[in-house]
Amino acid sequence: MAFGAFSSATPVAAEPAVRRRSPIALFLLLPGALYLSLFFLVPFVSLILTSFQAPREFGDIGQYDYAFKWENYVAVIQTYLPHILRSFGYAAIATVLALLFSYPLAYFIGVKLRRYPLWQALALTLVIAPFFISFLLRTLAWKQILSDEGPVVSALQALTVLPEGAHITGTPVAVIFGLTYNFIPFMTLPIYTSLERLDLRYVEAGGDLYASPATTFLRVTVPLSLPGIISGTLLTFIPASGDYINASRDFLGSTDTAMIGNVIEANFLQLQNYPAAAALSIVLMAVILVFVSVYVKRSGTEELL
Amino acid sequence: MASSFAESGADLELVGITKRFPGFTAIDHLDLTIPAGSFFALLGPSGCGKTTTLRLIAGLEDPTAGRILIGGKDVTNTKSYRRPVNTVFQSYALFPHMTIIENVAFGLKRRGIQNPMGLAHEALRLVELDHLAQRRPSQLSGGQQQRVALARAVVNRPALLLLDEPLGALDLKLRRQMQIELKQIQGDVGLTFLHVTHDQEEAMTMADTIAVMNKGEIEQMGAPEELYELPRTAFVANFLGQSNLFTGPVITSKGDTLVVDIAGRKLEVPRDRAQRHAGEVTIGVRPEKLALLTDEPKQEAGVNLVGPGRVVDVSFSGVSTQYQVQVPGLGLMTVFSQNMVFGPVVNVGAEVWLTWGVEHGFGLADDPATAPRFEPDEDTSQIATQRRERLETEFEEA
Repeated sequence: MAFGAFSSATPVAAEPAVRRRSPIALFLLLPGALYLSLFFLVPFVSLILTSFQAPREFGDIGQYDYAFKWENYVAVIQTYLPHILRSFGYAAIATVLALLFSYPLAYFIGVKLRRYPLWQALALTLVIAPFFISFLLRTLAWKQILSDEGPVVSALQALTVLPEGAHITGTPVAVIFGLTYNFIPFMTLPIYTSLERLDLRYVEAGGDLYASPATTFLRVTVPLSLPGIISGTLLTFIPASGDYINASRDFLGSTDTAMIGNVIEANFLQLQNYPAAAALSIVLMAVILVFVSVYVKRSGTEELL
Repeated sequence: MASSFAESGADLELVGITKRFPGFTAIDHLDLTIPAGSFFALLGPSGCGKTTTLRLIAGLEDPTAGRILIGGKDVTNTKSYRRPVNTVFQSYALFPHMTIIENVAFGLKRRGIQNPMGLAHEALRLVELDHLAQRRPSQLSGGQQQRVALARAVVNRPALLLLDEPLGALDLKLRRQMQIELKQIQGDVGLTFLHVTHDQEEAMTMADTIAVMNKGEIEQMGAPEELYELPRTAFVANFLGQSNLFTGPVITSKGDTLVVDIAGRKLEVPRDRAQRHAGEVTIGVRPEKLALLTDEPKQEAGVNLVGPGRVVDVSFSGVSTQYQVQVPGLGLMTVFSQNMVFGPVVNVGAEVWLTWGVEHGFGLADDPATAPRFEPDEDTSQIATQRRERLETEFEEA
């Protein structure tokens, strides 16, 4: 019986490989496609529809009907332009700071520790270690450390860097600090991955061709680690733009530091202005998409990515 | 700093260079002078310290002791990017994020030379790759990348050009072609070339002077013909081509020739071609200097005769035939015979006599007690391994 089954299968095997492979490829794609359509496509369409909704006539607060009210977009941009600009400003500064901190760190772990695999593994573990504690707890801990009675403020006041009665929490400094701190691992790991693979013979060749160590770094090392820099900055900038924890009043921010994420949260959960929240979300997404495509295009790294 | 082109090649002088790595000494008190404008080859098996020597000259490693002088100037403490030296790396190390022309112009731009692009194109034309200027290194074949690496180094007109086994990755035909091109470029631009290789044929084809390196020391240095015709040590005799070596005591040492007793036979060697003139000595002769005779010849003056021996192997290689002859008391001898007639002259099992002119023999400087007797083998790494194993057993015995 079994042999018969095999022999009947032989003509199938003679068919072109492409035709036989495609159903398998589709089958393998199925879980991912299902997941994406269920948890991304459906909510996304629903979000777009919500963003055009109009308040129900004579309805309560939070009751909306499907419509095509594009004025929602004009309204949210007019109302929340400072928040939008602040979000991208904070995110950009935090991304630059995280890059400045992470690159030397990643270079040290990926290049200098190459000859000591044990130390390298240990250093990498330390970079990832913060993930073992919740993001919220860590940010709350920083709130304590940076609070008015906390060690940082007291020390800075003792050194007369800060005047009496000054705050750190609730200021843009604290929010940007929190964003930078929270996203450093996301910046460090991709850069580490690029630098860890960096062939040092290119660096030697740079020195051989009259490039000083600084020039070699700028002309050889940085371009060769560009894929890591791009991934790291994207992994930091995109979530940081939409972050609503660090800038929240409950954590490191105040009403003066509210970012677009805080506004979306407030509109969805407190004001129950769902169309405004949805429109803001789509504006955020669109701006990030434009930023990212221009960034990737300008850095000319399509082939390196 | 080298802000302009070198007018011509510069002398390179290494004085008492020693390089120790944790656990071993790569180079031990090396003295070496390479005259300006020469094509110098540093030849040796892998692990003999030749690449380390090159890296020291390029400034990629610091010597433990000793001085490096280029054109009479001490550069021992000069950083690599300030030395008037360029390297063609074994791995080529072409920058993958730049086009070919950007790679070639890199050094010129760093030094602020006028018209870097024009000069880079000129250098690419020299290696016949100007049409690929806008490509990336990954789009080129190994041989093309090698030529780009050469152009990238030569375009800077360094006083000294270092070549680290640059032809190692190429196939035989391309390697031959590049050997000729390299030699031609060296002649055209008049630079000092220092070429590091383990390929004895490559070294002999290209270099004016060869230094044979072994275990961090230079065994012998000279013109290729000189090294081949008159090797001073067993290592050189077998690393550079093949040799038949015999060891025995000197019987008479009068006049122009030494007479050495090898297993009861009296073999002669010119006094001026022998390094040692008394006691136990090792003498040798190159396989192509031997004549193979099927009848016992008369003993003549000025000709060494051994035999009868038995042919144990015949391998035909077109131009010549290699015979392995087992001679009682002398062991296995190798004979290269030009194929002046059709095919091999004798077959396996034939009884033959071997003769060679006394003037072709040479006497080695090695102490016969320690001089290793190699099996003829063209595989250099195997020779090196054999020598190391033999030395190790000696160390254990000592």
